Amino acid sequence: MRKYKFLILRRIIQLSILFLFVAGNYFGWELLRGNYSSAIIVDSLHLSDPYAILQILASGFLASSSVLIGALIILLIYVLVGGRMFCSWICPMNIITDLAFRLRRMFKIETEVRISLPRNFRYYILALSLIVSAVFGLAAFEIISPISMLHRAIVFGSGAGWAIVAVVFLIDLFILKAGWCGHICPLGGFYSLVGKQAVIKVKHDKDNCTNCMACFDVCIEEPVLSIVGKESDFIRSGACTNCARCIEVCDDNALKYALKFDLKK
Amino acid sequence: MKSMATRRKVIQRMMEGAVFMGTGGLIWGKAIQTTTKADYVLRPPGALKEKNFLKACIKCGQCVEACPYDTLKLAEPGDGIANGTPYFEPRSIPCYLCTDMPCTDSCPSGALDLKLLTKEEKPADINNAKMGLAVIHKESCLAYWGIRCEACYRACPLIDKAITLDYEVNKRTGMHAKLLPIVHSDVCTGCGVCEQSCIAEKAAIFVLPLDKSTGEVGDHYIKGWEKKDENRINDDVKKVDDEKDVESAIDYLNDNDLIDD
Repeated sequence: MRKYKFLILRRIIQLSILFLFVAGNYFGWELLRGNYSSAIIVDSLHLSDPYAILQILASGFLASSSVLIGALIILLIYVLVGGRMFCSWICPMNIITDLAFRLRRMFKIETEVRISLPRNFRYYILALSLIVSAVFGLAAFEIISPISMLHRAIVFGSGAGWAIVAVVFLIDLFILKAGWCGHICPLGGFYSLVGKQAVIKVKHDKDNCTNCMACFDVCIEEPVLSIVGKESDFIRSGACTNCARCIEVCDDNALKYALKFDLKK
Repeated sequence: MKSMATRRKVIQRMMEGAVFMGTGGLIWGKAIQTTTKADYVLRPPGALKEKNFLKACIKCGQCVEACPYDTLKLAEPGDGIANGTPYFEPRSIPCYLCTDMPCTDSCPSGALDLKLLTKEEKPADINNAKMGLAVIHKESCLAYWGIRCEACYRACPLIDKAITLDYEVNKRTGMHAKLLPIVHSDVCTGCGVCEQSCIAEKAAIFVLPLDKSTGEVGDHYIKGWEKKDENRINDDVKKVDDEKDVESAIDYLNDNDLIDD
């Protein structure tokens, strides 16, 4: 059980937020209403997805101050504190892709269709989404986002969104390992870029490490673990989602959560 | 030589990137254009014009949650309407024109704007909504057949303002009156209660988006019998700098030269 404490905590947080959104729609609870694109807490504080707002601004519409401030709050939380924690602690798609990742390991599904995408593919998608938003005058990723379709399918009970979620699941399962979260998703790319200097990081202790490679096995962003077994340092890459799976599987106490305050480095 | 090789590689990379961005962007753009080209979509009250509405809507569904009648829905893939944007279908559930405008009020992004429901500096009023305009297909309207119906007229929340009844002699029988519903576009909010109430199998009165249900005469026709409209001539004349041009323009039909030309 101790091996899954962060995983269980993450699922509790993810599902609680999802439940509050669903309850907001179906039972009229006021704690959390809306969805992950834009929400309102207790009918007073707006919170918004900064990447969605960025696309809206790129499309040429000056969004209202309430969503701008809401996006700024969220942005600051991840820039200063959380890094890319949205992806592993909040995003509901993470539950789907983690499942695909786990099944892949369990059944030793090796990639048969050989598609290799560079990890920085998502940054191209990110840049492209802003260009397309500007040229076509419409928030480009929001229209086709499988994440949005997933949470709208759950919160508002629509059916058709599940099809595209299934596509993401199957791509992750059979075509590309960690395909969606690790290669394609521009929202993950966005948080990777802005959250690089955040305070919460995973810290590696080389002296405790036995090079068992268990952490590489569970990490959806394995390139971020490049220092493991080589030097003691923070996992500095912004692509690390702080999901703590590596911390959980490490039997040698070589990985742990730590706070990083050295902005200069 | 080595630097040449790496340079070649860099240039190749850049070309690949440009091709990816170009084709990817075009496909992406075309894809979102097809999903947003819906001819027929009715938006909640206080919505910006469709083009700006599509930009501004953040697809959070707070208007849908605020709607007490479950009128509003979020578009799903396959609906032919921009994914995740709110709309309603009056034939199934129309807009009941809540006086407190919960949907418009709940919009965080500005896609629904209470200011668009205000007129002449009075507080926002749902009756200023312009979600669309009800249109009547006379051939399938029982009232126009000469059978008494009035369902839409009675249902209209702005009865005797948005829909009035006109009386006309029924020439076929020679002894009855036809009570004909007439929609007044300056008052009609496009709520669609009439459409829902219509007893025809397929509604004979239905709401169309404003750009599909309205025409435009253009500036060059003026209602000479309306003082306010008549003034437009003088206003337009003031805009023209050259006095001579004005005179010749106004009087060109009286000018004999026209025949000679």
